[in-house]
Amino acid sequence: MDFSFSEEQTLLRNMVQSFLSDKYDFETRRKIVKSADGWSPANWGQFAELGLLAAPFPEELGGLGGGAIETMLIMEQFGRHLVVEPFVETVVLAGGLLREAGSPAQQEAHIPGIIAGETVWAFAYAEPQGRYNLADLVTTAKKDGEGYVLNGYKAVVLGAPWAGKLIVSARTSGGQRDKDGVSLFIVDKSAAGVSTRDYPTTDGRRASEVTLENVKVGADALLGGEGKALPVIEKVTDEAIAALAAEATGCMDELNKATVEYCKTRKQFGQPIGKFQVLQHRMVDMFMAYEQSVSMSYMVSLKLGESDSERVKAAAGTKVQIGKAGRFVGQQAVQLHGGMGMTDELNVGHYFKRLTMIDTQFGNVDHQLKRYSEAA
Amino acid sequence: MDMSFSPEELAFRDEVRTFIAGNYPAELRGIKTRAEMTKEQILLWHRVLYKKGWIVPHWPVEYGGTGWSITQRYIWNEECARAETTSLLPFGLSMVGPVIYTFGNEEQKKRFLPGILSADDWWCQGYSEPGSGSDLASLRTRAVREGDHYVVNGSKTWTTLAQHADWIFCLVWTDPNAKQQEGISFLLIDMKTPGITVRPIITIEGGHEVNEVFLEDVRVPVENLIGEENKGWTYAKFLLGNERSGIAGVARSKKAIERLRAIAGAELVDGRPLITDGEFQRKISEVEIELTALEVTELRTLAAESKGRGPGPEASILKIRGTEIQQRITELVLEAVGNYGLVNTPLGEAANSNEFVPGPEYSNMAAQNLFNMRKASIYGGSNEIQHNIIAKMVLGL
Repeated sequence: MDFSFSEEQTLLRNMVQSFLSDKYDFETRRKIVKSADGWSPANWGQFAELGLLAAPFPEELGGLGGGAIETMLIMEQFGRHLVVEPFVETVVLAGGLLREAGSPAQQEAHIPGIIAGETVWAFAYAEPQGRYNLADLVTTAKKDGEGYVLNGYKAVVLGAPWAGKLIVSARTSGGQRDKDGVSLFIVDKSAAGVSTRDYPTTDGRRASEVTLENVKVGADALLGGEGKALPVIEKVTDEAIAALAAEATGCMDELNKATVEYCKTRKQFGQPIGKFQVLQHRMVDMFMAYEQSVSMSYMVSLKLGESDSERVKAAAGTKVQIGKAGRFVGQQAVQLHGGMGMTDELNVGHYFKRLTMIDTQFGNVDHQLKRYSEAA
Repeated sequence: MDMSFSPEELAFRDEVRTFIAGNYPAELRGIKTRAEMTKEQILLWHRVLYKKGWIVPHWPVEYGGTGWSITQRYIWNEECARAETTSLLPFGLSMVGPVIYTFGNEEQKKRFLPGILSADDWWCQGYSEPGSGSDLASLRTRAVREGDHYVVNGSKTWTTLAQHADWIFCLVWTDPNAKQQEGISFLLIDMKTPGITVRPIITIEGGHEVNEVFLEDVRVPVENLIGEENKGWTYAKFLLGNERSGIAGVARSKKAIERLRAIAGAELVDGRPLITDGEFQRKISEVEIELTALEVTELRTLAAESKGRGPGPEASILKIRGTEIQQRITELVLEAVGNYGLVNTPLGEAANSNEFVPGPEYSNMAAQNLFNMRKASIYGGSNEIQHNIIAKMVLGL
């Protein structure tokens, strides 16, 4: 039993930490979020240079040979700084799908561009009617000679405004919610028939609604076996859940520290409000919620490679934990900061918003609780 | 014991319901929050009620009240909520107005009450300061008497809609040697007076409703002092007592649950409406039961009030449970809308640019309403302070 990190892992974490401390303070982030594009391509280039975009890829794919733990360490730091750049979308989701389902030719064609920071990717999986069911698809891909023709509508595709490439889930056969018949396609965002409408999200990111109208793709666009993509999608979105869990722990720890500090200095009724026992206990509960989340974040990162049912339980359970803990810590951090916690000026509200949105991504507490129960 | 309305009260309900249906401004229909309204729109409904003579049912008749019983006032509020009318600004009608007719002199009543009733004067509240939130009496804004004027220096914060205000009522410190609560006075200040600066505070959902107000050598005529110098804390507490009643928001929460059900009826989970999902149904039921308990608690408070008792410290129950329920409903709405909960609806200046907001209309603002509603357990005396009030005043701890 050993929960310590290797020397390389510690170095990676320290490097991310020091880079973000220098280059990603809250005011810099605010400027990035408010800029026309809403992200910093310069930062993205730096992430590539520092090897962050290579860290979780195996060496045979040109990566640094890390995995879920490396992603966890990076994401925890990203959470502390509320990084908006599309690491999860490009490296964890698209990278993961290419790693799991890509042919050697596809991997060779696309992974180097991800690692070098040249291409941003987004994963267009959700649809308006489908909610959190990854198999509930109205978007279709029909055989057309050697290739396929895609038609459909994808909702809330995070990172798509910045992406050059999309991975689109579509139905190649079966009924609307069948587990079989789901396929993945690599689609150029600039391809004829792809149109996007971009908008901001409440946590400072950007997303698109993506319409696919008779989009023709070649046979080489099919990622993995035709109709067999659902297990791959589930595995990789569970990896994304693990990444978000680590991000959430970073957010929670920053909130807890800020709240404790604030309660030590803010005086009302002649004493620091941190002297009031009711608030002390509240902060203890916030601390425990955070520690329990860290535990689940470690656990899921260690279990992503296990059997499907073990992995699903780990990921769903973790998502439930961070959903509940994030809600409690976020709301109470705002509450204990009083009016200041409600201001856009202070970072506290921004962590709270991000934590709230993390619960919404990839299925909220209710959804994951059901998923856990079915797997258990 | 009887919880039902009398035939007369039911007739009254029909009368006000018909009036609202016939007179609520068409251009306000569908607008649910002030963030979506212009300054003029905020005042539209107020002006309709002023014309009808129904703008201050809770005031004594001699100052413009309607003479309605407490039950009738309750029915009126219910019907307004049912019709989803925009809420009236409380600063003049429920805060400074009653202070003026209760503690002001004849001159002040003549001068200020008409403007409050007609909405020709827009009032804002100068209570909280950066260093004085829950502990309001620790305020530091100073007013020093110089001849016929007070010279005021300091700053106020969380001042709602100060950007539109003509007047601000302020708690100021007039006796630096007195114990905290005994050196406070209640001043009415014209916002056009030189030395006043208003700085916007943008809140986490992106809206601009609250402000900081800076006062630098602001000269206020002594005739704008309410009551006696250094007795302001008495008036302040009177005002806060009024602020707490009505804060339960029962009728509005009922409407919000109705909307939540409609959303859950439209959203699909695996092809079936979310409302048919047992788990989600239970969550709605749970909050509805809590609301029922709160409604009857409020009715009990009202009944006691109409017999001349209260509203005492029990009003804190209404504040705590009312705001918790309001917050809970916003959480359930966010859960209900699923992926589109991530979307941001541009507010304020950004709202004019016709930006694209995806998803069904009912999902707009879902997360932002949740974020914004977090203020409810902070303002009007934080819920922690309300717990203290009950502990001390009710339980005698």
